[in-house]
Amino acid sequence: MNPLQTLRVAIRALLRNKMRSFLTTLGIIIGVSAVIAMVAIGEGAKAMVEQSFAAMGSNLLIILPGTTTAGGQHGGFGSMPTLTWDDLKAIQTEVPSVKYAAAQLRTVAQIVSEDQNWSTGVYGTSPEYFAIRDWPVAQGAPMSESDAEGGSKIVLLGQTVVDKLFGANTNPIGQLVRINNTPFQVQAVLAAKGQSPMGQDYDDAAFIPLKTFQTKIQGGLHQFISGVIFVGATSPAGTVRAEKQIRSLLRDRHHLAAGTDDDFSIRNLTELASAREQGTNTLTTLLASIAAVSLLVGGIGIMNIMLVSVTERTREIGVRMAVGAKPRNILAQFLVEALTLSFAGGLIGVVLGLVAAQWLAARFHWPMLIRPDIIVISVVFSALVGVIFGIYPARKASRLDPIEALRFE
Amino acid sequence: MANEPNLLQLEDVTKVYRMGDVEVHALRGVSFAVAEGEFVAIMGASGSGKSTLMNIIGCLDRPTSGRYLLAGEDVSGLDRDALAEKRSRTLGFVFQNFNLLSRTSAIENVELPLLYAGAHTRERHERAHAALERVGLAERIHHHPNQMSGGQQQRVAIARALVSNPKVILADEPTGNLDSVTSVEVMALFQELRDSGITVVLVTHEPDIARYAARVVVMKDGKLQSDVRQEPQRAVPAPAEAAVGGES
Ligand SMILES: Nc1ncnc2c1ncn2[C@@H]1O[C@H](COP(=O)(O)OP(=O)(O)OP(=O)(O)O)[C@@H](O)[C@H]1O
Ligand SMILES: [Mg+2]
Repeated sequence: MNPLQTLRVAIRALLRNKMRSFLTTLGIIIGVSAVIAMVAIGEGAKAMVEQSFAAMGSNLLIILPGTTTAGGQHGGFGSMPTLTWDDLKAIQTEVPSVKYAAAQLRTVAQIVSEDQNWSTGVYGTSPEYFAIRDWPVAQGAPMSESDAEGGSKIVLLGQTVVDKLFGANTNPIGQLVRINNTPFQVQAVLAAKGQSPMGQDYDDAAFIPLKTFQTKIQGGLHQFISGVIFVGATSPAGTVRAEKQIRSLLRDRHHLAAGTDDDFSIRNLTELASAREQGTNTLTTLLASIAAVSLLVGGIGIMNIMLVSVTERTREIGVRMAVGAKPRNILAQFLVEALTLSFAGGLIGVVLGLVAAQWLAARFHWPMLIRPDIIVISVVFSALVGVIFGIYPARKASRLDPIEALRFE
Repeated sequence: MANEPNLLQLEDVTKVYRMGDVEVHALRGVSFAVAEGEFVAIMGASGSGKSTLMNIIGCLDRPTSGRYLLAGEDVSGLDRDALAEKRSRTLGFVFQNFNLLSRTSAIENVELPLLYAGAHTRERHERAHAALERVGLAERIHHHPNQMSGGQQQRVAIARALVSNPKVILADEPTGNLDSVTSVEVMALFQELRDSGITVVLVTHEPDIARYAARVVVMKDGKLQSDVRQEPQRAVPAPAEAAVGGES
């Protein structure tokens, strides 16, 4: 008997009892579709996290003035300025793993266009800032060094601000807006960035040169930076090194004795991002393992029904043996039946899983992420489950004594 | 083979079933031989060992001691695979309760032995069709067992037994579940098979059925009691229309 004939015999036997065959595969169907849907959910969540962290900037460290409280929470910046402009310069020049560093001063102000006004975050910063945050302009010219140093009255607007002040799909380059009664010329519209991991709209912001911010908004130069410092490290791995080096540099510069708390804090966004990613990976693994357990349960279901089937079909087995079937023919038949059930269940499960994943993705506005490897693995795994849980009943069938099997009532 | 005239030869065959501490001696030294083309009926009281003997002849079981030669070859020590091979190539079975696969058409039932003999789909189909034709069921090849009368089912079973061109057909009480009219039809079929050269060994309780055999062996307590040759009565089936009318 060749494998094809065995397969045909098995399929015929399964079709003889369609309802039972379907119910037997149900466990596998649910298991596989659960695995696929769960992994898609996990991957979708991960992609969301990755996207929003990527939007913050690459290899990013943020240095905040003031101590952290016992609970690790920052006291709120500006309350206790400790970072100086010389600190910034030192970070820029003395720390090798730092590629860029830029101050970011912030206030909330009304921006007034000809016929609209909008209250938003207004930031004073320098050109490096946009490099640190991977934030190119969509229209117009980026902020230049001379803009920053010279205190020119230009502004770079985020997409949301443009939409609010000028309406969507307009070109505001060259228009005048007023911030704190000072007219600013719109020099650029920044590329849309989307939301932060905390759900804040990155595009609801306006950027003006540092010097301009100090003179026109802050009202004069200060020794301390009344804001935060953004640092771009040379590489993702470099963020940890940069963090360490900056810490020791600043402690040194601030004459902090060993054992005392820092009077600043450093947030490592790359680390935070990878921690978050690890979190979602753990979530994916957890969901997938729960689903895999259900696959296992499905396999046990197959074994269960196959055992019942062997008992119920004892006489059939006896007849087959009497007309010349060898034990291995019987073994192969029942094994192939189990395999066919689990494999078919796996395929149906894949289809259902994909449909479920698609629906969930659409529902929660996630990216739809299909992992072909997971599809292959779960189909192979379910087939494997079929073989493993099919072996015992099949062996049982093949070891039946033909005489007793024929006599079975 | 050439100098071995007997198709079936049992030499002092015993069979002991062990049930815990109790030993049941089902066969206590049976020696007997059947030549090719014989029609043998085995009779005897219930529990005398007829089925046990048939199972050994049919290579479904092995003797506890003694030798059994099938077509000149000692098969008493063969393993399960080799016995299956013998059943597939040399033997055909007919059972009292037909033992057809349910929810399976007559032709698929008849094809079954050929499947395990390794025949191709086309050949299987043709031979199964021919076998069903031979037992007069050419019109019912797609019927399922539950759509057929007992006599028809037994004819399907006979077609299944002869489809692989066996040397011997073994039938353990083939008419046990049939009425007398249908029994005669089935016996006529067996006589026809014998006429075409197939050896037939059947077990029966009914002397009426044993009359159709050319040799009657009687068993008692696991031994042969008598072995008589006779002029068989010709089985003449009842008029066709009556049989068809009774069945449908
Ligand atoms: N599997 C078995 N285990 C134990 N004892 C058995 C087994 N099969 C048969 N026997 C015993 O062997 C003896 C012969 O049984 P067998 O079935 O051959 O009788 P039989 O002549 O076919 O009877 P019947 O006419 O009722 O079919 C009986 O005593 C029976 O109980
Ligand atoms: Mg019996």
